[in-house]
Amino acid sequence: MIRHVITAFVLLNAIVLIVTYLTYVERKFAARMQSRIGPYRVGRPHGWLQPIADALKLLIKEDIVPALADRPVYNLAPIVFLIPSFLIFATVPFAPGLGLADLNIGLLFFLAVSSLEIVGLFMGGWGSNNKYALLSAMRAVNQIISYEVPFVLTALIPVLLAGSLKLSLIVEAQRGLWFVAYPVIGQLAFVMFLLATIASENRVPFDILEAESELVAGFRVEYSGMKFALIQLAEYTHMFGVSCLGALLFLGGWLGPGLPGPVWFLLKALFIFLLVTWVRWSFVRIRVDQILGLSWKVLLPATLALLMATGFWVALRSGHVA
Amino acid sequence: MSEYLPVLIYTAFIVAFAVVSLGVAALLRPSRPYDAKLQNYECGAEPIGEAWVQFPVGFYLVALVFLLFDVLAVFLFPWALTLRGLGMAGFWAMALFLFILGLGWLYAYREGILEWK
Repeated sequence: MIRHVITAFVLLNAIVLIVTYLTYVERKFAARMQSRIGPYRVGRPHGWLQPIADALKLLIKEDIVPALADRPVYNLAPIVFLIPSFLIFATVPFAPGLGLADLNIGLLFFLAVSSLEIVGLFMGGWGSNNKYALLSAMRAVNQIISYEVPFVLTALIPVLLAGSLKLSLIVEAQRGLWFVAYPVIGQLAFVMFLLATIASENRVPFDILEAESELVAGFRVEYSGMKFALIQLAEYTHMFGVSCLGALLFLGGWLGPGLPGPVWFLLKALFIFLLVTWVRWSFVRIRVDQILGLSWKVLLPATLALLMATGFWVALRSGHVA
Repeated sequence: MSEYLPVLIYTAFIVAFAVVSLGVAALLRPSRPYDAKLQNYECGAEPIGEAWVQFPVGFYLVALVFLLFDVLAVFLFPWALTLRGLGMAGFWAMALFLFILGLGWLYAYREGILEWK
């Protein structure tokens, strides 16, 4: 019992710390892509205290609740948004035996909890009673549920190959060959997974829900101070969680030569995160009908076809002949 | 069930983290509201009416199609787990199911439901 409490406490703090610095990494990375320096002044060298300064600043900022807002919904939304984003890490194994709970249904738990974030998001958009926020929330739900299906289907391909939903067993199944290197199936699945990730995380080029030029800041336009900080934190945590999932499903989790397991795992998760960031700063936003068309007309049939192809291969190799 | 205990404790910690950080912020921050500050943001102009409007019906159609395929995903989970044991018989059973569902997808496509208007 005490052990569980300590593990949970350490996990929560580790994630908060990692994600806080992930925002710093993204800002530095984005700055480099645009020939800027990025945060530099707060803390030498290279402004490494910037995330801490941001957190402190948001902590002491005034909290403005619009007079017309639906107060209970508005106030609860950041918390409801935060919970699933952190809860997805409950089943993530950072190394053999190093994780909170390596459930038998790890992947199912992850996918189920991860999609709950739209509840908090929509509460925020609705509760604000702001037209930008509501439009953004509606677009967000529309887009996230559209990409939920391809996302789940691509996540099932490693399950087929490994024969388990337990995330540590999926990693162990990649001991010989990471699934991303699996001939043909692996590469296609990884690309589709990345595409579905970017879309369901609402990153550019799929960021119509916070399209700055039309919707200001999207569903969080009315949030300020610590509530805004929690929403931002939750968003980045969710992004990092999905990056971790990608590392577990396709990049062999903690497996790798030389370095300790958790280091490999975090490096791989960071790699996926930076891939998404790279896409973010390289492409322009696409239209809503293009986004939905891509999901329902292209990605859904494509992922289903790939899943069935993988299934055919697995069934063929299982040796049972019908 | 005991393996879910850490998850429960962890959830409690997350809620505590959110509540405590909001609570600390409430103690530290200033509160100087006035009418103009509390107005909804509409690019600086006076807000016109409420934001709680009727949904465009297109969202419902997307939600319906989503429901269909999400249920499919639920069926696929146990299938993906047991396919090794089932072999080709399991594969063909799911292929038939997907074929029937594919007809539904084709119908939705032809009816233009997948088209955003």
